[in-house]
Amino acid sequence: MIELLVGTKKGLFVLRGEPGAPFEVATRAFPGDIVEFATRDPRTGRYFASVTSGFFGPRLMYSDDPMGEWEQAKGPTFPEDIPDVSLDRIWIVQPGETAGVLYAGVAPAALFVSTDSGETWELNRALWNVPTRPEWNPGAGGLALHSICPWPGDPQRLAVGISAAGVWLSEDGGQTWRTGYTGLVPQYVPEDQRETTHALCVHNMHRAPQRPERLFMQFHGSVYRSDDTGETWNDIAEGLPSGFGFPMAIDPSDPDSAYVIPLTADLDRVTPGGNVRVFETRDAGAGWTAHGDGLPSNDAYLTILRQAFGHDGGSPLGLYFGATSGDVFGSADAGATWFTVREHLAPVTSVRVAGPS
Amino acid sequence: MVMLRAPLKERADGQGTVDVPGDSLGELLRELERRFPRLEGWVLDEHGTIRRHVNVFVDGERGREDTPLLPGARIHVLPSISGGSRS
Repeated sequence: MIELLVGTKKGLFVLRGEPGAPFEVATRAFPGDIVEFATRDPRTGRYFASVTSGFFGPRLMYSDDPMGEWEQAKGPTFPEDIPDVSLDRIWIVQPGETAGVLYAGVAPAALFVSTDSGETWELNRALWNVPTRPEWNPGAGGLALHSICPWPGDPQRLAVGISAAGVWLSEDGGQTWRTGYTGLVPQYVPEDQRETTHALCVHNMHRAPQRPERLFMQFHGSVYRSDDTGETWNDIAEGLPSGFGFPMAIDPSDPDSAYVIPLTADLDRVTPGGNVRVFETRDAGAGWTAHGDGLPSNDAYLTILRQAFGHDGGSPLGLYFGATSGDVFGSADAGATWFTVREHLAPVTSVRVAGPS
Repeated sequence: MVMLRAPLKERADGQGTVDVPGDSLGELLRELERRFPRLEGWVLDEHGTIRRHVNVFVDGERGREDTPLLPGARIHVLPSISGGSRS
């Protein structure tokens, strides 16, 4: 049985079921609040939920049993010596490579670190203090640090993606940071400013764990691959119906694999032609295969948000995504065929596989 | 005297009415957080500012952090009708 954590605009839904048939709602937590992101740390089994109340603000909650009580973490919050900045949203929680270490990416764009399994959090000041920060501008979703890519087995190496401030890389555990901008083409910026701008709107970024120098990225208007730890990027969008989209997934066992769900364009953020399809590459972006068997294909204008695409890491790979329509879809065969996991939930903000339950 | 409704009441150990001292509204709300740590961050942000979509009334008037409190003041903490727009 698979357990899915589905964050929505109206709470967290824990879904459980066997792939191929609709899942049951095991519980709904945080009713009325936005659950921006939810995940489970596979090392400890602990669940995390980024919860934003439209009234009482954002907070990180954790629990060892999603059917039971949730505790509020101490942080992430901005320290007293940064008085004009308050936490707006927690975009992602990512387990690190050292026992007890987790990272959180938030808006306004900042990285927080926990060394006690997510109970307390501290701001990474080196990234906060990079000299170009005053020149950073937000994307439509705010100035968001939403992608965190640890390096398997090496806690010193880290890559993060920021909308809209590009890729930032560290090789000393976050003490210093440098950019990974080369090759990214911001088509929304005048040509004569593209070389110097910081306005690089990363939408999603994932590292291939079997070949950690390789990263895949969904950008604002194209899809890229880096084979040199994020220093330089190559456009791999040819063969896709659109370079625009938000979510991305990879098969952790195959460093040549990536999945994207293209949307028509930045001015029309729905599935192209009313046809919901997931695109897969197994040759590092040289070619793409469209998968739609079992997905809506007639007048289905869905929007799939940044964190709303997850996988189970299995073989064959299980894939799950949700749309702002409140529909959740799954595949138990690496995308070849799809089934409806659940309909009529609230608009889906995130999907992650918690594991077999 | 501070009046709390759900979900703040639940986070204050189920108490809908709490007697908390303070010479100003900000001071009172910080003391409320100290007394009920599960309220931390809910009414005040990390810098002690009343959240944008929370209204705090002092004897029927909208209060701010520096609003002085007279003995016997009645404080209502309520979600604002402007809140919830992101949901």
